Amino acid sequence: MLGLNGKDFLAWLFVLFLVAAAPILLNPFPEGSAFAQFNAGYPDLMQRFVIFGIFAIGFNILFGLTGYLSFGHAAFLGAGSYAGVWMLKLLTINVIPAIIMSTLVAGLFSLAIGYISLRRSGIYFSILTLAFAQMSFALAASVLTPITGGETGLQTQLGDPRILDAAATGGNIPAPSLFGLEMGHSWKVSVGDWLWTFNAGYYLCAFIMLIAFYIAIRIFRSPFGMMLKAVKSNNQRLGYTGINPRPYTLAAFVISGMYAGLAGGLMVSMDPLAGAERMQWTASGEVVLMTILGGIGTLIGPVLGAGLIKYSENIFSKINDNLLHTWFSFMPDGVENFMVTIVHPFVGKGWHLTLGLMFMLVVIFLPGGLVGGLSGLYKRLFRRGSHAQ
Amino acid sequence: MGTALEVKGVNKRFGGLQALNDVNLNVEDGRIHAIIGPNGAGKSTLLNCFVGRLTPDSGSVLFHGKSLLGIQPHQINQAGVSRVFQTPEIFTELTVLENVMIPALAHRDGIFEFNALKPLRKETDIRKAAVDVLEDLGLGDKQEMTAASMSRGDKRRLEMAMGLVQQPKLLLLDEPTAGMSRADTNNTIDVLRHIGDSRGITMIIIEHDMHVVFSLADRISVLAQGTVIVEDVPENIKGNAKVQEAYLGGAH
Ligand SMILES: Nc1ncnc2c1ncn2[C@@H]1O[C@H](COP(=O)(O)OP(=O)(O)OP(=O)(O)O)[C@@H](O)[C@H]1O
Ligand SMILES: [Mg+2]
Repeated sequence: MLGLNGKDFLAWLFVLFLVAAAPILLNPFPEGSAFAQFNAGYPDLMQRFVIFGIFAIGFNILFGLTGYLSFGHAAFLGAGSYAGVWMLKLLTINVIPAIIMSTLVAGLFSLAIGYISLRRSGIYFSILTLAFAQMSFALAASVLTPITGGETGLQTQLGDPRILDAAATGGNIPAPSLFGLEMGHSWKVSVGDWLWTFNAGYYLCAFIMLIAFYIAIRIFRSPFGMMLKAVKSNNQRLGYTGINPRPYTLAAFVISGMYAGLAGGLMVSMDPLAGAERMQWTASGEVVLMTILGGIGTLIGPVLGAGLIKYSENIFSKINDNLLHTWFSFMPDGVENFMVTIVHPFVGKGWHLTLGLMFMLVVIFLPGGLVGGLSGLYKRLFRRGSHAQ
Repeated sequence: MGTALEVKGVNKRFGGLQALNDVNLNVEDGRIHAIIGPNGAGKSTLLNCFVGRLTPDSGSVLFHGKSLLGIQPHQINQAGVSRVFQTPEIFTELTVLENVMIPALAHRDGIFEFNALKPLRKETDIRKAAVDVLEDLGLGDKQEMTAASMSRGDKRRLEMAMGLVQQPKLLLLDEPTAGMSRADTNNTIDVLRHIGDSRGITMIIIEHDMHVVFSLADRISVLAQGTVIVEDVPENIKGNAKVQEAYLGGAH
């Protein structure tokens, strides 16, 4: 179907189902219940799931297929974000031009950075990309203030020209929209004690993510994708086989840069504010973690990794001591306080500790990431018989 | 009949070691030329100078009149020179079939082709070419195996398939039968002889197995300590005193 083989089409359908039903799937606990804290089905977080999913899918095309580990992909996310806000300021509050422009600008930017960085491989390549991204971050925060808004960031304002839109006649700053449908618009449905929020912006992001995922599958299964795997496997041999590896890696670099830019464009389409910190090395590192957690070079892995990290960031970070006390209130006071003290460092501001532990566990015990672990489990459960042959 | 490869006065030094010393070599079109000699004689080093892995300190390497020096490995391959390495150079994480489809694609599409949305399984011609060559070499039933999991002898045959699928003008083989069983060696001899005859591919073959050398070679160069000591037809090599001395007095 759709030019995919059966297995890939099923994988795509699976992701389609997940993102379409996310508002319901992610809200398993009734409102007001003790576990409502773990509900993730609110628009802001769901948007982040799919947007970072796009970022990680693209990153995996470079890192997963060619093995080139970039530590600077946040620069493209940031460049895309700025380009997107400018479109929302200058052209129209409709998000389509912003999304397209974000992707294109990030593509050009990654072409320049990739062209230079790919002259080296291994750790030197990683350092070069890191250096470029940190330079971009520093520039965005200082010298380029007229373009980037410096430390305060760039955002839409009432007085922006928006030449395609009708002149603003006072009132509020217009909200980003898709042909008039505001991205912040939500339809709320409540069934019993459950509350589900279906958000316009989320579904736009989800739709684009499905396209991005589809394209990634096509790339994985193309002759081009096979060459990228060959780059990772034996770059030198490719040369003696009559292939110039350089343009292949550069193309992969630019494609992954465009995915990052697309993610940036979607971010500002949901919330029209772009700041320099989006380009910082921690952001570049995060997408590396997502890919490794989910499973390097696997199709679905990056999406899962992105979801897991964004979930921990948003859910664990919100758990505070009060909440812990209510959870452990059934215990005797002494034990309750002891438990709260134990758990305290892992939640709230300490959620990074939880993430770090998770990361260590996955890397040590599941070298193939979540996907590798799950498929290993699947094989052990269902292929016992054939394994014995 | 013209000259396929013309090597003149090639020198290569590694620090204090003169690995190649004024090497001359002429390989006629459509012929199989064997290079023999003791370990460390410089045979592999010489091939490295043909495919852009090493640049000689001096001398010239002409392939159908065009220099192979100072150009990139992929350009040399695209000019029609394929090589099978002494230690297998394959894409270990990929399947056997993919390993052969890559050179086949390189042969058809050149050094770069941005076919990112075309499904690989629609490349039926490429697949067929790859499968045919694999079957010729007796690897037909191993197509879906990961290359890393093959035996040493099979890896060698895989690399030969990778070379042959490109229908090169010149095929360089560095000890193609090392690590193979007697039966596989004989099969390889048959395949190479058949291909040499039917497609007229010129070959340079480095080999320690004299059975292979004398079954295939039209001419033989004997290399010892970086110098070609004899070059002649096989009949004259067998009894040559210099050759025996090189092997007995050499590293062997
Ligand atoms: N890149 C290199 N750097 C330094 N020395 C090298 C290099 N390549 C080869 N040599 C040395 O040059 C000499 C010739 O090596 P080469 O591999 O060409 O020998 P060979 O004739 O192929 O031997 P064998 O039959 O064992 O494969 C050896 O002494 C080897 O150690
Ligand atoms: Mg050798």
